[in-house]
Amino acid sequence: MDTNKNTYTIIYSIVLVVIVAALLAFAAEALKPKQQRNVEIETKQMILKSVRLVPDAENAPDKAKYIEDIYSKHIKDSTIKAEDSDYGIYICTLDSGEKVYIVKVSGVGLWGPIWGYVALKSDFNTIYGTTFDHKSETPGLGAEINTDWFSKQFDNKTIFDNGEFVSVKIVKGGADKSNPHEVDAISGGTITSKALEATIQKSLTNYVEFFKIMSEKAKSIQPADSLTQPVDTLTQPVK
Amino acid sequence: MNKKIFIEPLFRNNPITVLVLGICSALAVTVKLEPAIVMALSVTIVTGFSSFIVSILRNTIPNRIRIIVQLVVVAMLVILVDQILKAYAYDVSKQLSVFVGLIITNCIIMGRIEAYALGNKPLPSLIDGLANGLGYGIILVIIAFVRELFGSGTVLGHAVIPAGWYIKNGGFYENNGLFILPPMALIIVGLIIWVQRSISKDLIEK
Repeated sequence: MDTNKNTYTIIYSIVLVVIVAALLAFAAEALKPKQQRNVEIETKQMILKSVRLVPDAENAPDKAKYIEDIYSKHIKDSTIKAEDSDYGIYICTLDSGEKVYIVKVSGVGLWGPIWGYVALKSDFNTIYGTTFDHKSETPGLGAEINTDWFSKQFDNKTIFDNGEFVSVKIVKGGADKSNPHEVDAISGGTITSKALEATIQKSLTNYVEFFKIMSEKAKSIQPADSLTQPVDTLTQPVK
Repeated sequence: MNKKIFIEPLFRNNPITVLVLGICSALAVTVKLEPAIVMALSVTIVTGFSSFIVSILRNTIPNRIRIIVQLVVVAMLVILVDQILKAYAYDVSKQLSVFVGLIITNCIIMGRIEAYALGNKPLPSLIDGLANGLGYGIILVIIAFVRELFGSGTVLGHAVIPAGWYIKNGGFYENNGLFILPPMALIIVGLIIWVQRSISKDLIEK
């Protein structure tokens, strides 16, 4: 057969492309549930990491199930309605019964997207824990934002200063340890550090109004809470 | 005969150190050993099966769209590998990111199809493809081993440099950050080529 004829060439290419397309479509559909589950598990693991609940996930025999279990036990995915805006937020109940509120931050790093989760204590001011990740920051430099030593610095920092939103600054050349709004930048990863600072600032700004409302609410609930405490605390003199 | 087809590309005709093909991905995915091994296997599978499939089709392929047909076959295999990695080796596939997709452009694959599979029977083509993929893989693994060992102090993620050696723990040792950066891969490739040519002198150009 003459394989150089026009009709042959056209029919050959059509048949080939249809077969390949069918094969790929089948493979993509068949593997999709598994792939989506991987992404879901990764997100859940990250959320749990921000509140330090899965330190040993990598050693678990069935990582996916281990994460699912802990996630469903502690985390409630809820969009809170405050005033007339909706805020996506994850509520985590710790073993102690304390509630921690986790919000997602995302933005652009030096080479690609960076993102993370910031967990706030119920005063909506103090950071309980954080975790960050990136797609393609420079290994050994900017990529260090996903390490424990870096995210640990954020613990117990505060994002409000006398009711004014200040976020957390990532300071090049060493942060002032006593400053509650500063952490150390990564040496050699200045641009990524700056980008992360902007990312946190920008993402949290969306929540500022909500945080204010919620912290007011938390304060106003306080007196009511104290009524449920043992009587002897009530007998103490009121200051 | 088949044995010779298999052995040649591993050393004497290694795609990276002798033919100098596929260098780009060798720089990108060799920071850590694990992704390098997965990359090596992926490339081996793709070179093997694309040579095999093209060799089966070789007498039917219209000459004018020869390259396009080869690309379609290679692209199909690469997408399959990418999808399977995303489903069953998610962490590694994240580390390899775009480089799995870029296997399509790896010169070794098209090179072997053009140079060998189009003119030979399916079985030798399969062996030739697999062997070239492995030849690429061996170099990748060597580079990744050296880079991970000196750059991060680990092998396959396990720490091998005693923690007490590090300066921060009062020792004398520090990981070398240069090994993590791409230029070091080129330097290691250069060293491997040097060693190889000093062993088999006939590879040296006159």
